[in-house]
Amino acid sequence: MSGIRIAIVDKSYSVEGVSRQAIAPLELQIAANEFVCLVGPSGCGKTTLLNMVAGLDKNFQGRIGMDDAQRQPHIGYVFQNPRLLPWHTVRRNIELVFAGAPSAELIDSLLADMQLQDVQQAYPERLSLGMQRRVSIIRAFAINPDILLMDEPFVSLDAPSARQIRSLLYGLWLQRPHTVLFVTHDLREAIALADRLIFLSAAPMRLVADIPVDIAREQRNDATQIEAFREYLLKSFSAIRQLI
Amino acid sequence: MTLSFARHRHLAAALSLLLLLGLWQCLALSLHSNTLPGPLKVAGVFWQALKSGELPYHLGMTLLRLLLSFSIAMLLGCAIGVCLGRYPNIDAFFDNWVVIFLNIPALVTIILCYVWFGLEEWAAILAVVINKLPNVIITIREGARRLDKDLLEMAQSYRLGARKTFLHIIWPQLHPFVMAATRSGLALIWKIILVVELLGRSNGMGYQLHLFFQLFDVASLLAYSFAFVAVIQLIELLLLKPLDRKALKWRR
Repeated sequence: MSGIRIAIVDKSYSVEGVSRQAIAPLELQIAANEFVCLVGPSGCGKTTLLNMVAGLDKNFQGRIGMDDAQRQPHIGYVFQNPRLLPWHTVRRNIELVFAGAPSAELIDSLLADMQLQDVQQAYPERLSLGMQRRVSIIRAFAINPDILLMDEPFVSLDAPSARQIRSLLYGLWLQRPHTVLFVTHDLREAIALADRLIFLSAAPMRLVADIPVDIAREQRNDATQIEAFREYLLKSFSAIRQLI
Repeated sequence: MTLSFARHRHLAAALSLLLLLGLWQCLALSLHSNTLPGPLKVAGVFWQALKSGELPYHLGMTLLRLLLSFSIAMLLGCAIGVCLGRYPNIDAFFDNWVVIFLNIPALVTIILCYVWFGLEEWAAILAVVINKLPNVIITIREGARRLDKDLLEMAQSYRLGARKTFLHIIWPQLHPFVMAATRSGLALIWKIILVVELLGRSNGMGYQLHLFFQLFDVASLLAYSFAFVAVIQLIELLLLKPLDRKALKWRR
């Protein structure tokens, strides 16, 4: 496994002929199997950053790639809306992203881990948003990617569903560690999941703080621990308070 | 409940057809003219033409031309339509061409094709294709413009490749537009083909209709027309409807 290195020199876009900077120079090193949360105000360019990592947006100066290889990283992307193909069943949606023959065993075990065995033959539009999100998480894990990108995958879910899927995701990740870039603007969610928190400013986006979360993995369910860490962050880093 | 409703609906459809035939028969009886034969006479002529093999032969020729020109127009139109829909620059450049071709009267293309290339089979096919092509292009172009950008991005980030992207992302979204182009295409093409045959072929429905016109043989004219309409309905019922059902299974 290898980590990911992000080195952006400049990312600008033009509005009616006027060039605007979206992302200021930014350097990030993400270790292999590290779970990193990107926290920042909405509209600051987090999705743009993920799209650049995914290779969807190549219009920038800089380099994003694997540490040790020249090849482009394999990407598992969990988009903000699930982006499933409505004309294929849940299972077919997952099978489709395999480069070679899909592994039935792997799909079965992922479906079981995400508690979706019963709906694998259903069409996505029959499922709740939370279930669709779980399918898109399975799809991303199924290809065993070099890096998993997750763009606020629990946004606009009710609190209990979000909590349930978050813990399913966390369980899945503990079993099958991957390098993760996870975008959120929910600080509690970020603390509960991440090894490291990266705080980003409003546009033009720049790095504000890079803070490791030193809560043991087995204590991440403990709401008081999460709350205490949050209090500590807000007290110690005044810059963070303006971001969330 | 729904079953009995369906049965009633079929019954009503049958009754309304019977009523039409009855009115036609009454009208024919009261006019008592050669220019409006009754349904029984037409049925008799139809049966004769079927038995002699004349109707199947001419109908077959027309269907062959229909199949050929339809396939060419659809394949070409889909390719060009997708291209124009996906690349706005090319679209802007060729948009006028499409509009001009769309508005050339069918008769003009047919005459020009015959004048330029002679009364040949392929000139006839070409004339039909030119008439139909712009229609397919604008329908498919509309579909290609509306392709879901999110799903295309998904395909790109998961590196699905061109084949999978086309088969699983693009084609299912284009399908309703292709079906619309097919339906309007069939309706348009078979009308044009009759004119093409009337003006420059020595077989086919159009040629026969021309013959019947000169002989004032209205019974044969009606018999051939009904046969043709029936065949087109069969294509819709046996081919297009099942295709629709298969492709739209996920919508239910």
